[in-house]
Amino acid sequence: MITTLDTPVLSRVTDKISFKDFNLWYGDNHVLKDINVRIKSNIVTAFMGPSGCGKSTLLRSIDRMNDIIPICRIEGDIVIDDVNIYDEDVDVYELRKRIGMVFQKPNPFPMSIYDNIAYGPKLHNMGKGEELDRIVETSLRGAALWDEVKDRLHESAFSLSGGQQQRLCIARALSINPEIILMDEPCSALDPIATIKIEALMRELKEKYTVVLVTHNLQQAARVSEMTAFMYLGEIIEFGSTRDIFENPQNELTENYITGKFG
Amino acid sequence: MTRRDERPIEGALFFSAILAIIILGLIFVFLVKESLPIFSEVNVLEFLLGREWFPASFTNPRFGALPLITGSFLVVITATMIAVPIGIMTAVYIAEIADERVREIVKPMIEILAGIPSVVYGFIALVLLSDIVHSVFNTTYRLNALNGAIILSIMILPTIISIAEDSIVAVPKDYKEASLAMGATRLETIRHVTLPAASSGITVAIMLGIGRAVGETMAVLMATGNSPVATLDIFHSVETMTAVIAVEMGEVVFGSDHYSALFAIGLVLFVITFTINLIVDLAIHRKGSLRR
Amino acid sequence: MKKKTSEKLVFSFLKAVAAMIVVVVVGLVGYILVNGLPVLSFKFLTKPPSNGMLAGGISSAIAGTLMIMILTMVFAIPIGVGAAIFLSEYTDKVDPRIIRMVRLSINNLAGVPSIVYGLLGLGLFVLFMGFRFSVLSASLTLSFLTLPVIIAASEEALRNVPMAYREASLALGATKWETTRNVVIPTALPGIMTACILGLSRAAGETAPLLMTGAAYYIPRFSGSIFKQFMALSTHIFFMSTQSPNPSLTRPIQYGTIAVLLIIVLSMNFAAIIIRSRYRRRFR
Repeated sequence: MITTLDTPVLSRVTDKISFKDFNLWYGDNHVLKDINVRIKSNIVTAFMGPSGCGKSTLLRSIDRMNDIIPICRIEGDIVIDDVNIYDEDVDVYELRKRIGMVFQKPNPFPMSIYDNIAYGPKLHNMGKGEELDRIVETSLRGAALWDEVKDRLHESAFSLSGGQQQRLCIARALSINPEIILMDEPCSALDPIATIKIEALMRELKEKYTVVLVTHNLQQAARVSEMTAFMYLGEIIEFGSTRDIFENPQNELTENYITGKFG
Repeated sequence: MTRRDERPIEGALFFSAILAIIILGLIFVFLVKESLPIFSEVNVLEFLLGREWFPASFTNPRFGALPLITGSFLVVITATMIAVPIGIMTAVYIAEIADERVREIVKPMIEILAGIPSVVYGFIALVLLSDIVHSVFNTTYRLNALNGAIILSIMILPTIISIAEDSIVAVPKDYKEASLAMGATRLETIRHVTLPAASSGITVAIMLGIGRAVGETMAVLMATGNSPVATLDIFHSVETMTAVIAVEMGEVVFGSDHYSALFAIGLVLFVITFTINLIVDLAIHRKGSLRR
Repeated sequence: MKKKTSEKLVFSFLKAVAAMIVVVVVGLVGYILVNGLPVLSFKFLTKPPSNGMLAGGISSAIAGTLMIMILTMVFAIPIGVGAAIFLSEYTDKVDPRIIRMVRLSINNLAGVPSIVYGLLGLGLFVLFMGFRFSVLSASLTLSFLTLPVIIAASEEALRNVPMAYREASLALGATKWETTRNVVIPTALPGIMTACILGLSRAAGETAPLLMTGAAYYIPRFSGSIFKQFMALSTHIFFMSTQSPNPSLTRPIQYGTIAVLLIIVLSMNFAAIIIRSRYRRRFR
């Protein structure tokens, strides 16, 4: 079902993340070219495009996870809440605390379910003992996983199914109380039933968080997001409300991608 | 701010890594420093080629290190000639022919062999092996080069086998499958495809085995009779470079010519093993980049 | 038909060669245990040598070996594991040429003969730094010697930790060291322990470096001080079988000592193998 960005929603939504003339290179490879988009709060924004178009790299720029790659070089700004996150005096660890990330393949730590969720809060001194227990429960509820694991919090995270592990990772991302949630093809390693559950979760999450989704699944982007960007070879080809993109694409490339002429 | 300032920890870790370079440098520095004095008594060629090693003589101390060098050479080459064929054959067997259950027995056995301390091997050579060698070959000297070579070959087998086996296993399956698909037998595939493909790795295995053999001290010390004679007769008692240092260092006056001469032998030893390791390291590094 | 039979023959020959090795190993270990185990008794293990080394037990040697093993690990583990952590996690912060030199040095140090380490120990610790013949000099020397073993195996264990764990930790706002300390090291711990046990087993079995840095033929009363000379199992075997006044008379003592050393070393190797195989199964 294609969602629309109608006026009541528009009024409570603000610019959360703004890319301004953002360029990124891996060595000599110009991976992101003149990105200028404004991602809004409390909606799901989807980035879609064929393999290698740079959508994952764009996502990872938001929480500066590309910093860990030595040959990565950037130019331009990414502004979150009026602060350019690439400024010299920005504390990248605090930045990452405000942003939760979910990866393509579920990657729980080799620890118990409880310890996985408690990891972030303990790191940032967000609470101990009972307080910590409450944070763990809240996070697991937020990921719709609490009822399934509440009696086995101290079992290994690997005892969960693939879909449950991914929801665990979502809960882990929620545990640090972020404002933004980044999801890099979160369902690509999961079966259809698990995918449905996570898509439902995305719709709930946007109430409290800014959700940015990268997906290679067109239908998922159409189902879940309010705004969609189409990327190709490192550039944003088209960006607008999901309904407009899918029903009335302006660019020929976009139209070809949507109609399946390439992908 | 303390959560962010990780520089002390990173510095400590960096220092730990750099220590390897420092230690290697220290070895070289101390060997040269302590052996310099002897080279004011004897020039380098006299030292390396002199056939008489009598450093403890009061009246006429002689510092010819050739007997020790030939001693090491004799024992090491003989040991290599024994261990290499056996080692490669075993490696081939483990990698290509044996089934899983057999492998589960043989591989731990080889690890045990690798874990036995050298002084234990020396004891065996002294007490058991020398009697066996004596009765089989009817030797004049109970402790001789052959005795040392045999025990040494047992000691370097694990090195040769494990590295050779790794290289054989690393040969891409496609090569073997292509050969078999053309109708070659397993043996023919091993002989004509697998072994040639693994040859550089096997060469490395042999070189590292030789390096290990050159550096071995206790086993040869207890097995060869410790008689510094420049000979190529494997039934004769000999003394290796490693053994002479261990045996005589306890009797020298620190700072004396004898002391310095022993360090000089240590320097020769170090240069030999360093060269072998350098060649191996460069060969592996080049091979690795060739693979790309 | 001929091809098949000749192949069978060759394979049988290879099998025989491998079998011969197994026989040699079993024979060696068996020979030692058969001759050495009967000698072992509570008295043998807890009493020092007596009667001019012709009788008595080996308690001083056992104590010496244990002290050296512990002190060596105290020096070698922090530095070795530290270096491994640096090489595995922190190399992007440093000029690659330095890293290359470090790796080259480690590989070379692995090939340096133990007697040369002994010479270094003699020149550096005993004489230059003035520690004289002592447990301290010996342990420092052995810690240099076991460093390559510990570094190489620990680095491998650290590299085997999936990148995904590190990414998850960093994405939650952890620093590099916090990630290393809280996620990478605990995950790699079995592998690191294996590395340390293997290093320890090396330290227990070494003889030549000890001869050059402080092992004594006989110490009347073991003081327990790390600044004094010591006896050790490995050197005891050497002295008893080559330097003692009557080696054939004391043969039983020699067998007993070897048996103790062999049991210590082999059980450590065995423990390392078990830890390693259980750890490998975790990642399947």
